[in-house]
Amino acid sequence: MTGGGGARRIADDVRSGARTARDVVEEHLTAIAAREPEIHAFNLVLADEARAAADAVDEVVARGDDPGPLAGVPLALKDNMCTRGIVTTCSSRILEGWRPPYDATVVERVRAAGAVVIGKTNLDEFAMGSSTENSAFGPTRNPHDPTRVPGGSSGGSAAAVAAGFAPLALGSDTGGSIRQPAALCGVVGVKPTYGVVSRYGLIAFASSLDQIGPFAATVEDAAVLLEAIGGHDPCDSTSIARPAPSLLAGLDDGVSGLRVGIVDEMTEIDGIEPRVREAVRAAAGGLEAAGAKVDTVSVPSATYGIAAYYLIAPAEASSNLARYDGVRYGLRVDAEDVAHMNAATREAGFGREVKRRIMLGTYALSAGYYDAYYGQAQRVRTLILRDFERVYEQFDVLIAATSPTVAFELGAKTADPLAMYLCDVCTVPANLSGHPAMSVPFGTGEGGLPIGVQVLAPALGEATMFRVARAIEQAAGKTP
Amino acid sequence: MAERITRADVEHVAQLARLALTEEEIVSLTGELGAIVDYAAQVSALDTHDVPPTAHPLPVVNVFRPDEARPGLPRDEVLAAAPAAEDDRFRVPRILGEEP
Repeated sequence: MTGGGGARRIADDVRSGARTARDVVEEHLTAIAAREPEIHAFNLVLADEARAAADAVDEVVARGDDPGPLAGVPLALKDNMCTRGIVTTCSSRILEGWRPPYDATVVERVRAAGAVVIGKTNLDEFAMGSSTENSAFGPTRNPHDPTRVPGGSSGGSAAAVAAGFAPLALGSDTGGSIRQPAALCGVVGVKPTYGVVSRYGLIAFASSLDQIGPFAATVEDAAVLLEAIGGHDPCDSTSIARPAPSLLAGLDDGVSGLRVGIVDEMTEIDGIEPRVREAVRAAAGGLEAAGAKVDTVSVPSATYGIAAYYLIAPAEASSNLARYDGVRYGLRVDAEDVAHMNAATREAGFGREVKRRIMLGTYALSAGYYDAYYGQAQRVRTLILRDFERVYEQFDVLIAATSPTVAFELGAKTADPLAMYLCDVCTVPANLSGHPAMSVPFGTGEGGLPIGVQVLAPALGEATMFRVARAIEQAAGKTP
Repeated sequence: MAERITRADVEHVAQLARLALTEEEIVSLTGELGAIVDYAAQVSALDTHDVPPTAHPLPVVNVFRPDEARPGLPRDEVLAAAPAAEDDRFRVPRILGEEP
């Protein structure tokens, strides 16, 4: 389903002059023209800007200079990352038409690496959702079956890669918003260690959980992109003071002798589809055959992940989204005074799920409930972090399901917020702990739809995580 | 265990959150928030005696940038994105109860 080869292949060809970046962009714009009306992966396709950026890359090559490791590779950006002068909406009416006055750090970095930004992708409004149905601009559809959701909240980015609209995309993951859509769309999706990728210019949802990461068709391409975007940024005070992780160098070092734990609480759960459970076991079998030592392991507090997450994330969101007050940017609904203008603007501008989470978070932080809900959730977060740290004394990496199910039909969960929240049961623990985790395609389930297996690692364990993901990819029979 | 969320709770929280909810939203949110809070209240089942809260997954404190002057955001671009601006400032409706 990819149009014109993987990211690394394209970059090699463009750097060597075997293909022009302009030709590569035209191929992808053709793929978008053919299928985007059905899929709706994008809020905005940047055809003219992409052509100009590609021409600039080709000029660098013609001069004999190196445009960088992502030379001429089309890349789709989730529409919650600021692009200077280019509309950035978060798929919300409250920001419709807003043109940021600056670029996110990741946008500067992918451009500096030679990538060509080809569009801004659809998401659940303010990244709140697990199906991309909460977009103010209509849902994205799963390229494998357009009657089904792509997952969310980065559903547009996952669908763009799966449909061959771009070999690479960026998403953001607060509770699974990269990994779950990657699983449902059959692509690789990575949530790095919290602090590895700068959040400067990522429109905030839950600041202690949000992390930007790559989507790609292969583990290798995801590694190239994470190497390009990672590393310290003085504009983000939570950025880790280290260079980007080195991933490609050891990618094929194998898994011999590695200790791999299958997380019971993130695999043997109620409602998991049998074929998803079987995929996790089969992936473990593949690692064992490649020389890893595999055992099952319990992370007991992970059971409380969703409960803690749906107190902490909405609490942070209710604070972060206070900035949408009709004063400095976006929508304003006029009223007789400021307080009524604020309330009328927010009522008109926010969608249903965003209001639900603002209400939930405001409640959890309000006088009389703060300690019982938000405070207790933060203490449970400590227990989850401690459980993982204890387990990582005995295991180098963990594996689990990414999503308990394959892609579900549009509308299947929209009437029941709690059922939608439980889509994230296997993914939120890594956000609460801050540890890296990624989803790798592994086989198919009901209806021939893709399944993702999750690989988790201790803080800054990206290099090992990618090696294991690569071995799982090879075990799945998908050797690029 | 969680107390049941009432309509009055929803109206109060909506005011705190500056949301002018419709009647239909107040009714549906009363039920939905009740169900979500009931689920989330299972965190209270864990013994967290002597467990400190985690506000942030990394032990990063007191991060400073070098004290060097850098250009701020371009004023014209920032104000162009505002719903209303006047004399290089954001224009808003009246704040206090005075006559306009």
